[in-house]
Amino acid sequence: MTEAMITMSKIEKTYKLGDTSVHALDHIDLSIEKGDFVSIVGPSGSGKSTLMNMMGCLDKPDAGKYILGGSHIDLLKDRDLAEIRNRKIGFIFQNFNLLGKLTAVENVELPMLYRGVKTKERRAYALACLRSVGLEERAAHLPNQLSGGQQQRVAIARALAGDPQILLADEPTGALDSKTSKEIMNLLTKLNDNGRTIVLITHDLTVARQAKRTVSIRDGKLQEGEHI
Amino acid sequence: MNLFTSLKMAIRNIQGNKMRSFLTMLGIIIGVASVIALLAIGQGSSKSVSDSVTSLGTNLITVTITNTDTHFTMDNMKEVKQTTGVKSVAPVLSGRSTVRNGSTSSQVSVTGTTSSYQSIRQLTVKEGRFVSALDQKFRQKVIVLGSDLATTLFENQSPINKKVLVDGESYTVVGVLNSKGGSMGQSSDDAAFLPFSTAQRLMKTTYITQFYAQAENQNSVTWAMAGISRVMSETYSDSDDYSVVNQQDVMEAMSSVTSTMTMLLAGIAGISLLVGGIGIMNIMLVSVTERTREIGIRKANGARRRDIMLQFLIEAAVLSMLGGLCGVGIGILASKIYALATGGTVVYSLSIMAAAFLFSAIVGMVFGVFPAYKASKLNPIDALRTE
Repeated sequence: MTEAMITMSKIEKTYKLGDTSVHALDHIDLSIEKGDFVSIVGPSGSGKSTLMNMMGCLDKPDAGKYILGGSHIDLLKDRDLAEIRNRKIGFIFQNFNLLGKLTAVENVELPMLYRGVKTKERRAYALACLRSVGLEERAAHLPNQLSGGQQQRVAIARALAGDPQILLADEPTGALDSKTSKEIMNLLTKLNDNGRTIVLITHDLTVARQAKRTVSIRDGKLQEGEHI
Repeated sequence: MNLFTSLKMAIRNIQGNKMRSFLTMLGIIIGVASVIALLAIGQGSSKSVSDSVTSLGTNLITVTITNTDTHFTMDNMKEVKQTTGVKSVAPVLSGRSTVRNGSTSSQVSVTGTTSSYQSIRQLTVKEGRFVSALDQKFRQKVIVLGSDLATTLFENQSPINKKVLVDGESYTVVGVLNSKGGSMGQSSDDAAFLPFSTAQRLMKTTYITQFYAQAENQNSVTWAMAGISRVMSETYSDSDDYSVVNQQDVMEAMSSVTSTMTMLLAGIAGISLLVGGIGIMNIMLVSVTERTREIGIRKANGARRRDIMLQFLIEAAVLSMLGGLCGVGIGILASKIYALATGGTVVYSLSIMAAAFLFSAIVGMVFGVFPAYKASKLNPIDALRTE
């Protein structure tokens, strides 16, 4: 059938809070196929952000195996993880996380900057990415000159600029009104239709239902389907 | 990420925080400026000292007699003159007197000496003549004026054969000297010269306390000095009773004083550079804390630790180098103002400017390492979580 983009087996992560230890992730087994659109739902404190960080190679598991696009993440060093984040993963955050002092197009250039792409090429591709989210004419604006929805679209363009195998969206509509949320979700769906693998983390079921597959997480344990 | 892009990014960041960047650089600016200005002034003054010493002639030997019990006389002088390597000798008797012409008067240094003084001190006569052997023999009441003194007393008129009063006694002006310059009270421009014998009467002494000897040439200075010391030791048993010094010795003593001063000033300036460096570290640390989220975003987008480290390091280096450049400019300006205000000499040395600038760049980088390391070590998740 289709090949696996993400394979997680028996992933564990424990945080120490004073004397008590919290199992943020408790033996997680998860497989996501290429071209899939998966939403992960769960209440706050359920471990979904930890899972997202784990998938995004921002955090390392205490135990377990994690394979992303053929790379054994759990075996890699910090420097290689930066490379993976750069080439294989595009992040979309709830609070957009754009750099306030850079213009929209400069923000989009960021992943290419760290990949060593030449200035001209970088600018051209960044503009193309902005065009694909419909914001080409806003290229020279600073983030604080853009509306929330526009900022999130810039963030999506930035996530796409690295041409990643997977898009990780952490509550991408959490800071937006329902109309703009719908726009952003339509954009993500369109990207998925074009073959991009997307993992969406949310606590909003109406958002989660727009994905092809839903997984629930509660107290660090994973279940297929909606269980909230 | 290449260096040029990092550089552009650093400059953008510095531009974005103009006030803070300026305050950060201030320490470095003050440090570099003070190094440049202080060294320019220090080297300038040591140059003017050595210039004035050289202008007296490097063959000059000065003998000073401090024993007042045994009198040194013109006969002793003749003996000195016979010494190998000595070309000529001239006794000097100096004092300060009021020289008056009509209602104009001036308090100047008056030197009693003989005709050979002119060649020893390399003086040239503008008008008239210098003190002669006959003047000396007959204790003539004649006077030779330095160029500035002549202008002060007679303005544009020729003073030759006019009378002036020296401490109330009348003297005939026989000559005016050309201007020679010089400093440290050694200038012949604002002085008057009398025959030695006349000066002895004026100052009420009968013996010689100081004389100049001129060596035949530069190479015979050592010989001449040894010969003079021998003659002197025949008259004075204690070598503390007299001193024989050549211009080279004077120059070395002077330059050792000024170089010690210069080193001291440079040391102080160096310390202020160091303090400036600590200022840079301080601000960079604040900046790392402030920009935690930015670091997180960059890391999430694939920045390696090396990239983050380089970014902060380059920012520190650019800050300190900018400060260094401003410092060089301000230092030059400050020493120019000093030179204009005091009329002193300043000497700029390119190597000192380059060294001060380089040192400031190094200070910036050294003190930038710790904040940069701290930034690069931030955990991306924690960094992203901060608001």
